[in-house]
Amino acid sequence: MKYEDFKDNEYLEQLRANGTDIIVGCLDDLINWGRSNSVWPLTFATSCCGIEFMSVGAARYDFARFGFEVARASPRQADVIIVAGTIVHKMAPVLKRLYDQMAEPKYVIAMGGCAISGGPFKNSYHVVKGVNQILPVDVYVPGCPPRPESLLYGMMQLQRKIKVEKFLGGVNKQEDKPNLNEY
Amino acid sequence: MFDFAVVTHWVDETLGNILPDSWVTTTEFVLVGISLLIAYAVMALGLIYAERKVCAYFQCRLGPNRVGPFGMVQTITDMIKMLIKEIIEINHTDRFLFNLAPYIVIIASLLAFSCIPFAKGLEILDFNVGIFFLIAVSSIGIVGILLAGWASNNKYSLIGAMRSGAQMISYELSIGLSILTMVVLTGSMQLSTIVESQADGWFIFKGHIPAFIAFVIYLIAGTAETNRGPFDLPEAESELTAGYHTEYSGMHFGFFYVAEFVNMFIVASVATTLFWGGWMPLHIPGWEFFNMVMDYIPPILWFFGKSAIMVFIIMWFKWTFPRLRIDQLLTLEWKYLLPINLCNLFLMVFVVVFKLHF
Amino acid sequence: MKDKILNIAPNARFLEAQFLTVCLPKETFHDTALQLRHDKELQFDFLVCMTGMDWGETLGVMYHLRSTKSGREINIRVETSNRINPELPTVSDIWATANLNEREVFGMLGIRFINHPDMRQLFLRNDWVGYPLRKDYNADPDINPIRLESESNEDAALTLEMTETGEIQEKENVIFEDDEYVVNIGPQHPATHGVLRFRVALEGEIVKKVDINCGYIHRGIEKLCESMTYPQTLAMTDRLDYLSAHMNRHALCMCIEEAMGIEVPERAKYIRTIMDELTRIASHLLFWSTFCMDFGALSAFFYGFRDREKILDMFEETSGGRLIQNYNCIGGVMADIHPNLISRIKEFVKYMPKKLKEYHEVFTGNIIAEQRMKNIGVLSLDDAISHGVTGPAGRASGWSCDVRKLHPYGVYDKVDFKEILYDKGDTFDRYMVRMDEIIESLHILEQLTDNIPAGDYAVKTKPIIKLPEGQYYKSVEAARGEFGVFIESHGDKNPYRVKFRSPGLTLVSVVDLLASHNKIADLIAIGASLDYVVPDIDR
Repeated sequence: MKYEDFKDNEYLEQLRANGTDIIVGCLDDLINWGRSNSVWPLTFATSCCGIEFMSVGAARYDFARFGFEVARASPRQADVIIVAGTIVHKMAPVLKRLYDQMAEPKYVIAMGGCAISGGPFKNSYHVVKGVNQILPVDVYVPGCPPRPESLLYGMMQLQRKIKVEKFLGGVNKQEDKPNLNEY
Repeated sequence: MFDFAVVTHWVDETLGNILPDSWVTTTEFVLVGISLLIAYAVMALGLIYAERKVCAYFQCRLGPNRVGPFGMVQTITDMIKMLIKEIIEINHTDRFLFNLAPYIVIIASLLAFSCIPFAKGLEILDFNVGIFFLIAVSSIGIVGILLAGWASNNKYSLIGAMRSGAQMISYELSIGLSILTMVVLTGSMQLSTIVESQADGWFIFKGHIPAFIAFVIYLIAGTAETNRGPFDLPEAESELTAGYHTEYSGMHFGFFYVAEFVNMFIVASVATTLFWGGWMPLHIPGWEFFNMVMDYIPPILWFFGKSAIMVFIIMWFKWTFPRLRIDQLLTLEWKYLLPINLCNLFLMVFVVVFKLHF
Repeated sequence: MKDKILNIAPNARFLEAQFLTVCLPKETFHDTALQLRHDKELQFDFLVCMTGMDWGETLGVMYHLRSTKSGREINIRVETSNRINPELPTVSDIWATANLNEREVFGMLGIRFINHPDMRQLFLRNDWVGYPLRKDYNADPDINPIRLESESNEDAALTLEMTETGEIQEKENVIFEDDEYVVNIGPQHPATHGVLRFRVALEGEIVKKVDINCGYIHRGIEKLCESMTYPQTLAMTDRLDYLSAHMNRHALCMCIEEAMGIEVPERAKYIRTIMDELTRIASHLLFWSTFCMDFGALSAFFYGFRDREKILDMFEETSGGRLIQNYNCIGGVMADIHPNLISRIKEFVKYMPKKLKEYHEVFTGNIIAEQRMKNIGVLSLDDAISHGVTGPAGRASGWSCDVRKLHPYGVYDKVDFKEILYDKGDTFDRYMVRMDEIIESLHILEQLTDNIPAGDYAVKTKPIIKLPEGQYYKSVEAARGEFGVFIESHGDKNPYRVKFRSPGLTLVSVVDLLASHNKIADLIAIGASLDYVVPDIDR
C-alpha cells in the first residue's frame, strides 16, 4: 500500500478539524505519541483468528516492532482487546466483563468476520452478530481469518486513531450506546 | 584512576561556601535523592529495552524498532502511557494495603539500588555493614508482594503471593549463605572495602573453587529472588494469568514491572561486586603493560560491562528454561542448594584458615 | 453378528445401512448395552459417536459402537415418543465418553438421561429457553436475547435416579462443597487454548477436582448445516478444529462422496493426502509451540511458529488460504497444486529433521521439562478406550487407534508409515507421540511427492447435490484424533442431521481424571499435552 493511501482516513481528520491550543496540543501530541506506540494487547482469542493473532506475535510478523510487545494476560494491564473470533451468547457477558475490567484508555479491535458481523455463523442461534453490539469497536479488520499483515495494518490504524485523540479536554469518541434491539 | 569523590567533595565545598551548614545537608539530601531516582528510572528503562532486544534476538525476531533509532525510545513511550493510565479502584479490596504494596516493592528495590558501588567514590550508602543492609532491605520486597496478593482479594493473586512467599524465603537463605561465604574471604561487609580488596585479583580467581561454587549458587538463587523465569512461579503467566499483580493497573503495575527489572540489575551488580571485582579493572600480575591499558578504561565502564554480562546471563535463563514446578523449586533449594552451600561455607573457612587462596 | 445380538436382545429390530443398525427398546437398552460391552465375542468397548436425533415423531439417540479387538462396528438406535418429557437410560457408566455427550444431547434436544450423575447444560447457558437441535425449535432472538449479566455458578447438578422399584426420582448431586476453595480457570486464560472454562477445587497447590464448562464458543454449526446445501456445509468444517482444517473437510467430502457414489480421481487423492500430512505437521508444530509456552519456555513458541510459517506458505501458494484453506471440494480439490509445491515440500522434508533435533535439544532434554512431564497425568489404556480418547493422546496410552491404518482412506494404503505407539500414557508420551508423528508425516510426504499421477484433480459435480436417503458415517485421522462425520439424509438438498464426532470433546473429558491429585502446574501441562482445540469441542 502506498503511504498516501495509508494516510487517507477522513474520519480521523474530522476529529482535529477545529484546531487546538498550542501548549495543550503539544502536550497532547506527546501523550498520544506515548500511548500510540505502546499498545499492549490482551491475550484473548476465541477461535481461528486467535491463531493468526499468535502468528502476528511470532517470529515472522513480530508486532513487537511497533510497540505491541507485551501481551498481558490480565485485562487490568492491557490497552487493547483484540476480539479474535466468534463471540457467542454464553461468551458475551464474559467479554463485556473483560472490557469493563480494562483500565482507560482502552481500545477494541474486531478481528475477522465473526467479530464484525457473525461471519459465516450469522444465522446461528447462539452467535452474537457483531461484537459492536457489546463493545464500542475502534477498528474492524475483515477477513476469515485476516492475514497477519491486515491485522498489523489494523493495529497501525488504531495507532493513527490514538494520535488524534485529545487527552486534555475535548471529546474523543462519539460512543453509541450499544443497541441490542437494533439487530 | 578517577575518583568520583572529587566531584562530590567539590559539590559539597561549593555549597558550603554559599549556604549555611544545615542547608548544605538538606540540599545534598535532595540532590542525592533526585539523582538516585533518575538513575533508577534510566536504569529501568534501559533494562527493559535491553531485555526486549535480547529476547527478540533469542526468538529470531527484531524487537522494537519503530520508535526512535533501533526502537530505543520504545520504553519511554511505555512509561508515558503507563503514567497516565487509569488506576482502577477495586471494590472488596483492602484499599490501604492494596495501594501500599507497590510502593513497598519499589522502595525496597530503591534502597537496595542505593547500596551499589558503581565506581570509585560513586556510591550512595556505604557503611561497615553494607552488604548486610542490602540483603535486609531487598527482602522487604517480599512483604509488598505478599500484601499485593492478599489485598487484591483475588484467588490467583493469593496463590501467586503464597508461592512467592515460599520461594523468596527459601532462596533468601541461599543468597545469604553464598554472600556469607564471600564475606569470610574478604573479612569485611563494607562494599567499598570489598571492591578495593579485589585490586590485585577478583575474588572469583582469588577464592577459586569455593568462590566459584558460591557464585553459581548466588546466580541461581538471585534469579529466583527476582521472580524471573525459570523461577517466575508467582506470576506464572500460563497458570495464574499475572500472579500477585493480576489486579493492578496503570502505574501501580508499572512499579512491579520496573522493580522486577531493577532487582535483576541489583542481583547482577552484587554478583559483580562480590565475585568479579566490582569496578576494578582486570589485572594480571606480571603483565604491566596490559594492566596499564586496562586502567585506562574508566571504572564505571568496568562495572556496567560486568553487570551487563551478568544481566545477560539472567535473561538467558529466562528465555531458555521452562518454568519449575513448585515442588521442584523447593526441592532444588532445600535438598541441593542449601546443603551444598553449607559445605561450601565450611570449605571457604578451611581455605581462609589455611591460606589456600591467592 | 445378528444372531449374537438377537441372543442378547430378542426384541431388537435390524436396519441395513452402511453399518448394521439395531433398534432397541429403551426399557431394556441399558442391560443390552452392558452385555454388548462385555460379551466375549462382540466386545463393543468403544463408543465412537453419540448422536442425538429428532425424527419428528420421536426423539432418540444413535450410538455408534466399535470393537477395538475385532474392528466390528454397529449403530444402535434408541428412541422415545414422549416429546414433552423425553427420558432415556444413561450409558455413561458403561462408556465414560457418554458422560459429556449425554449432557450435550440433553442441552440440544432435552432428552434427560436416567441415572446420569450430572444433568446440566453443557454448551448453552443455564437459562437458555428451548432445545436448538429439535426441528420445532423457535429461533426468535427475543426468546433468547444476548444477556449481559453473568451466569450463575452451579455447584450442584440435578440428576434423575431410578430406584429399585422403577420409580424415577430427582436428586441433587453436589459438585463443589461450600467450603472448597474453587478457582476459576478460564474462559479467558492464557493456558486454556481458547475459551474453555475449568472450575478447579484446590487444596493448596493440589488440584482436587476439575469441573469442565464448555460452550463459550458453541456456534451451533450442526444446526446451521441443516439449513445449508451440501457444498455449503463444507465451509463449516474448516472452522471447527481450525488446526486440522484440511482433514475435517476431507472427512465431510469423503462422507458425501461415498453417499453419492462418486469415485475421486487418483490425483485428487494424492493431493488430499499430501495436504493432510502437511496440516498434521503444522498442527503438531503449533502443539509444540504452545506446549512449551505453557511450560514457561517462551522462546520455543517462536521456533515452532517460525517453521510452521513455511508450511503455511505452501498452503497459501496452492489454495490461497493460510490457516483455513477451503481446498477440498466434493469430488476432489478446488484447484490443481501450485508448480512450486513439490519442490517446496522436498526442501521442507530436508529442513525439518534438523529443526526437530533443535527442538529436542531446547526442550525435551531439559531436566526441568523432563521431570514435569514424566509420570504426570497417566492415562491407562482402559480409560483411554472408555473415554474414547483417540489420536496421539490415545496412542500414547498404547491404543492402536489410527484411522489411517484401520480404515485407510486417501492413499494411505499405498504408503509405508509406522503408527507411533507409546505405552505409558503420561504427559511425556503424549508429547513424544506428536514429535515422532512429525517424522512419520515427513516420511509419508517423501514417498508421495514424486508419485502424484497425472489426470484430473476433481470430478465435476452439480451445484445442488441430493444424497440418497440413509445414514452415513466417515472418519479421518485429524491431528487430534478421530474426526468423524455422521450425516442422516432424507433425500433433500440439505442434510437432515449432521453430527461431527469431535476428538476434542473426548480429550477434555479426561482432564478431571488426569489432573486430580496433581498440582496446578500439572493441570496446565496435562491440558497442553492433550492439545484440544476449543471450537472443536463446542462446535
